Amino acid sequence: MAVLLLAEVTSGELNMDATAKAVTAAAKLGDVTVLCAGASAKAAADQAATIAGVAKVLCAEGDSLGHRLAEATADLIVGMAGDYSHICAPATTDAKNIMPRVAALLDVMVISDAMGVVDADTFERPIYAGNAVQTVKSTDAKKVITFRTTGFELAGTGNAAPVAMVDAPAASGLSTWVEDKVAASDRPELTSAGIVVSGGRGVGSEEQFALIEGLADKLGAAVGASRAAVDSGYAPNDWQVGQTGKVVAPELYIAVGISGAIQHLAGMKDSKVIVAINKDEEAPIFQVADYGLVADLFEAVPELTSKL
Amino acid sequence: MKVLVPVKRVIDYNVKVRVKADGSGVDLANVKMSMNPFDEIAVEEAIRLKEAGKAEEVIAVSIGVKQAQETLRTALAMGADRAILVVAADDVHQDIEPLAVAKILAKVVAEENPGLVICGKQAIDNDMNATGQMLSALLGWSQATFASELAVEGDHAVVTREVDGGLQTIKVQMPAIVTVDLRLNEPRYASLPNIMKAKKKPLDEKTAADYGVDVTPRLSVVKTTEPGTRKAGVKVGSVDELIAKLKDEAGVI
Repeated sequence: MAVLLLAEVTSGELNMDATAKAVTAAAKLGDVTVLCAGASAKAAADQAATIAGVAKVLCAEGDSLGHRLAEATADLIVGMAGDYSHICAPATTDAKNIMPRVAALLDVMVISDAMGVVDADTFERPIYAGNAVQTVKSTDAKKVITFRTTGFELAGTGNAAPVAMVDAPAASGLSTWVEDKVAASDRPELTSAGIVVSGGRGVGSEEQFALIEGLADKLGAAVGASRAAVDSGYAPNDWQVGQTGKVVAPELYIAVGISGAIQHLAGMKDSKVIVAINKDEEAPIFQVADYGLVADLFEAVPELTSKL
Repeated sequence: MKVLVPVKRVIDYNVKVRVKADGSGVDLANVKMSMNPFDEIAVEEAIRLKEAGKAEEVIAVSIGVKQAQETLRTALAMGADRAILVVAADDVHQDIEPLAVAKILAKVVAEENPGLVICGKQAIDNDMNATGQMLSALLGWSQATFASELAVEGDHAVVTREVDGGLQTIKVQMPAIVTVDLRLNEPRYASLPNIMKAKKKPLDEKTAADYGVDVTPRLSVVKTTEPGTRKAGVKVGSVDELIAKLKDEAGVI
């Protein structure tokens, strides 16, 4: 079977981690063709061609495909859908914007956030904020899937798949880009970082979140936050870890001042080692933590940062 | 301008979800049900547009079991003007898939001609995150997903979206579909007088068959299971002990 995988390309750059993990998932279904689309996408396509397991790379460049706008990218995919049994993407915000649109245009259901591939028709996905796992079998002729990448290993590199250019569709005229507010950061990207330090409501304020950032920087870690911390304005939205935010599975996850609401656990419980620092010894986060420290974070975090 | 707001009846946000022992699904019998929290934010935003003079009428629509009329009454109590219930299932355990919901909504849109459809970005039961995008595709309308700010200006809307890496602002031609994220607004509570008034507001009842939409699921549920659980580890007594464990035992720093 032939599988089309929409690579995660943002401002011309390939998100290697998300794309290479999605390749691992897609390779279980058949021969993988990767599509890199954007206002500029050639460099991303050349990089995607190095991912092991990729049979072919298609590159579509055009202004209509820039700035994450869903309409033209969906049209591009639908136009080439006839050649593929499965159309998939890593479950990023961009893919979640585009893939349901693709599915509806093809009159099929989308399978969102698949975390396991049972067979070519059957997938496992989390429901109820990760409180249950549903195995669904698609009866549609064509499957449209987004993969939750934490469920799949990173594919290797060293490949040299052929890259072919394809035409970009015309702009839909429906949506236009105004501006991006993307915080520049030297820290690793949250979903691919080896270590993540997250703060919760217990951190208390935006200023005090500097404690979390200080510990993260000492460890070379990404910074995350609970929904409560984001809703309270202590941390920006793209730091949110949880069912409705980002799903992470680093080697080490340090939860500071996070009680451990189920929707937060859904976003980090596949981490290899979990550390919880919380002054409430009854906090649910301790039920999933490998190492729990019952302590005042305002004392424990500076001490930890200084001793590392 | 009319604003259409689809709302879904789901298990209440605070209820502990129990997977049925036979693996057939999640137990919804005798469980408190409420409006999907993302949809509450959508209703609130629509009402604010009306209060700001940008919309004339707010119509709430729900597709599912008959009991969803309670959810619609909540939307009416918050301030929606009228409601449409589309009965598409008899059993509370039958979830109507986003594709079927979008097809029915497309028919409702054709009848009502709203300038804007505001949806929650996902329902907290099936977590699909698809209905708004699918409706947009079926109508050929512009879409602005995961909104944290929305401004209606003449024949277009300016929407700030929560995306990986930060925020993005786009301008969409109306009519448009907007799906809302958590930070858009804080939904109001319905006051007792408004709950009483809501009982007298119009609520039309239809069926999926009235719209000629087949709601047969495309995804059949093979089984539903408890997620894998982690065992609680150990409590450490000090920062020094924690560092020692992470270095020597776990080997992660």
